[in-house]
Amino acid sequence: MTATGIGASVRRKEDFRFITGKGRYTDDINRPGQTYAFFVRSPHAHAAINGIDASAALKMKGVLAVLTGDDIAADKVGGLICGWMIHSKDGSPMKAGAHPALAQGKVRYVGDHVAVVIAETYTIARDAAEKVVVDYTVLPANADTASAARPGAPVVHDVAPDNMVYDWKLGEKEPTDAAFAKAAHVTTLEIVNNRLVPNPMEPRAAVGDYDEGSECFTLYTTSQNPHVARLVLSAFIGIAPEHKLRVIAPDVGGGFGSKIFIYAEETICVWAAKKVRRPVKWTSDRTEAFLADAHGRDHVTHAQLALDAAGKILGLRVKTTANLGAYLSTFSSAVPTYLYAPLLSGQYNIPAIYAEVDGVYTNTAPVDAYRGAGRPEATFVIERLMEVAAREIGRDPAEFRRQNFVTTFPHQTPVIMCYDGGDYPQALDKALELADYANIGKRKAESARKGLLRGIGISAYIEACGIAPSAAVGSLGAGVGLWESAEIRVNPVGTVEVLTGSHSHGQGHETTFAQLVSDRLGISIDNVAIIHGDTDKVQMGMGTYGSRSGAVGMSAIVKALDKIEAKAKKVAGHVLEASPEDIEFKDGKFSVKGTDKAIDFASLALQAYVAHKFSGQELEPGLKEGAFYDPTNFTFPAGVHICELEIDPQTGIVTIDKWTAVDDFGNLINPMIVEGQVHGGIAQGVGQALFEGAVYNKDGQLLTASYMDYQMPRAGDLLSYDIAVTNTPCPSNPLGIKGCGEAGAIASPPAVINALTDAVGHEDVPMPATPQVLWRAAQRAVQKIAAQ
Amino acid sequence: MTAVSMTVNGQIVSADIDPRTLLVQFLREQLRLTGTHVGCDTSQCGCCVVHVNGDALKSCTTLALTCDGAQIVTIEGLATGDVLHPMQAAFRENHGLQCGFCTPGMIMTAVELVRRKGANLDEHTIREELEGNLCRCTGYHNIVKAIAAGAQAMGAAAE
Ligand code: FES
Ligand code: FES
Repeated sequence: MTATGIGASVRRKEDFRFITGKGRYTDDINRPGQTYAFFVRSPHAHAAINGIDASAALKMKGVLAVLTGDDIAADKVGGLICGWMIHSKDGSPMKAGAHPALAQGKVRYVGDHVAVVIAETYTIARDAAEKVVVDYTVLPANADTASAARPGAPVVHDVAPDNMVYDWKLGEKEPTDAAFAKAAHVTTLEIVNNRLVPNPMEPRAAVGDYDEGSECFTLYTTSQNPHVARLVLSAFIGIAPEHKLRVIAPDVGGGFGSKIFIYAEETICVWAAKKVRRPVKWTSDRTEAFLADAHGRDHVTHAQLALDAAGKILGLRVKTTANLGAYLSTFSSAVPTYLYAPLLSGQYNIPAIYAEVDGVYTNTAPVDAYRGAGRPEATFVIERLMEVAAREIGRDPAEFRRQNFVTTFPHQTPVIMCYDGGDYPQALDKALELADYANIGKRKAESARKGLLRGIGISAYIEACGIAPSAAVGSLGAGVGLWESAEIRVNPVGTVEVLTGSHSHGQGHETTFAQLVSDRLGISIDNVAIIHGDTDKVQMGMGTYGSRSGAVGMSAIVKALDKIEAKAKKVAGHVLEASPEDIEFKDGKFSVKGTDKAIDFASLALQAYVAHKFSGQELEPGLKEGAFYDPTNFTFPAGVHICELEIDPQTGIVTIDKWTAVDDFGNLINPMIVEGQVHGGIAQGVGQALFEGAVYNKDGQLLTASYMDYQMPRAGDLLSYDIAVTNTPCPSNPLGIKGCGEAGAIASPPAVINALTDAVGHEDVPMPATPQVLWRAAQRAVQKIAAQ
Repeated sequence: MTAVSMTVNGQIVSADIDPRTLLVQFLREQLRLTGTHVGCDTSQCGCCVVHVNGDALKSCTTLALTCDGAQIVTIEGLATGDVLHPMQAAFRENHGLQCGFCTPGMIMTAVELVRRKGANLDEHTIREELEGNLCRCTGYHNIVKAIAAGAQAMGAAAE
């Protein structure tokens, strides 16, 4: 391993601009003559629009335009789409209600886009928006997940009169029922997976620009996948054909899924730029982000686990209602189906699984992928069941898990996935040791002496990353393939530009991708530039989400590097007067086997471009290669997280005392960055378990629309984590890497809740487990202990 | 429009502004100092922290007019030429940032924290003092480490 190669904790190349205030985020971008957009949003969860009177706003000095759904319709701007087709049990396609970028006749959630004011300044646009008078007839709202599809509920979209987007299933019902029929023990749980707001610290923003001379649009936007945005804006929304539309996602301040989607605001900015013949900028404020960014999770689940008399799992039965909100966001349909149910098997050998998922419409913000997307929900179901089942049958939760682990690979589950490798007992052993699990009894007794309740909770998770191959996801309904592209451009001086379809919004690709290239080509990491996030530079790509950039994006770079090496060997053959088969490439040098004839990488690059040593007929000049990489399988990171905590029964305040994480991500490129991803993921998962929850009242008003009401985890709420890894290299990609971006958020919520329930005497605890919830549970626990 | 004048990163700046202009708008939009960020509208996130007369202040909740005559330092003014401030260097060395959006506010908060509480900061103190700063990426683990190391480095540099 070199100091900057694969496996080294190289300090990040991108940091310099961020720590000196020179990052360039979308809101930092200003175009000459720029105007500002402000959206008139629905204050009602459900209402008919009878008319919009913008005359007072239009009279204000500095207002250029007020645009509404009628203007969208007149310009034939297409609606926003959902790109993953899900079929119901009876084979019928999901029921996708129309999703215009500006409402047409009806609003369906608080924050829905009614009109946009475009003005000379942000302040004028905001003031003018207050003068736009919208005549609403308020309709009853349907805001509750569990009862959204009840008979007589208010109908969100006429295409779905029962508010059902789909009723979908995975696995086989009969064998699962048969497994339950012969069970010695059945564990049953009712689970609510609380609704979350992703909250990247950078709010969404967009600058739309139109050049009349070239008839080209440019959209600067906070996107995790600018190419997918361009594809949707071109092919479906119809802004402009792809060669007339450039999408740039510059520095992006976190995404966590919420910046994957193609939203109304970005669409409107680029469309309106042509209408007002000026650039149009929009920057979300935080309240708008709470109202209109796609939310995450929001499941209500009934789950059952069947065991035989020896504690072996016989079957799993899950029935979930998933709230998809008022409209189907870009990937929303896939999240509670194919990203969820295939992971229900966890790390366990479960012979029969049957899952039913009802996707429902409600008068709430659209719900889509948020860090982990479906996999945290699945992990929560299986890991809560495992914990509760172990306690019900009087087994140690760790040993009960171990008894049921998958131990041979490949392992085909009853729910699509074929696990290709892993060592689950090894991670468990390591985690138990690091957590000093053996002595938990002593620590509990010490806490009890102080009047505190101590608990420990295990979560053994598995997730699927790098969702692929394209043909497989296509057969499951995905509208796009999930490959990745890379292009390597070697310059005549030997520096290298890598163009990637992956997008970094905190993940550190400028460093990790450069490590890979520097390692392979034997050149300094400073001579490698990673270029991403601009559709005019990178031809096509699928972007970054689902922990796919390492496993898929870097594998594409490897494939392009293979081609570079092959071509370079041919050039070297001519320069060194040897056959390309006799050329070796090592440590940045091409040499003729068994001789001292050699040329370094930079000199070789120059030779490729001056092209004096070979004829253009036998070998093309230049050194530039591209590749598209389509994986052979998902990757399956897995691991064990253990949370140990103390509750003060007087206050309901919980203190997490120790966090142990042992993750198997396969090979690591940069351990420092991997650990950082785990830290951040755990914090979000602890946030879900203890603090965060988006709450709509029965009228569909969002009660948690600011940081005053929605509790984000703060430094003082959290602790430093103990992190370790195991490594079973992934067999499905050339680098052996599995992906690490979501593991923390997937593993942690059940670890916290399992620990809390352990502390309060096995009573169920909902998320978020606020001090009030815990105080009540702890009081009952204390009384129970006293009674004994 | 009202006239305002202040010293920003050592330079005197004067402008006629709408009295409603917030300090953060003045810095970002008039002076194009875009290192100071806006992450919320309820004074909760700390992405906007700058130093006003040496105090860490949320520039999103400060009218530019109230800073008339003040000395302002933003993240752009922290390094000396090419030499990073020790706290900046510590954030990089300890991987105290991912997307970088909260980072300027974190660093400005941390520098002022060291001025108030000295170079020997324990983990508990750092976590408590970060009450006004949100980060969604790092889980704070490495930010806490970075601030402890940056504080030590500031202490050593001052000796
Ligand atoms: S922008 Fe959030 S506190 Fe200032
Ligand atoms: S580094 Fe992204 S919010 Fe802190």
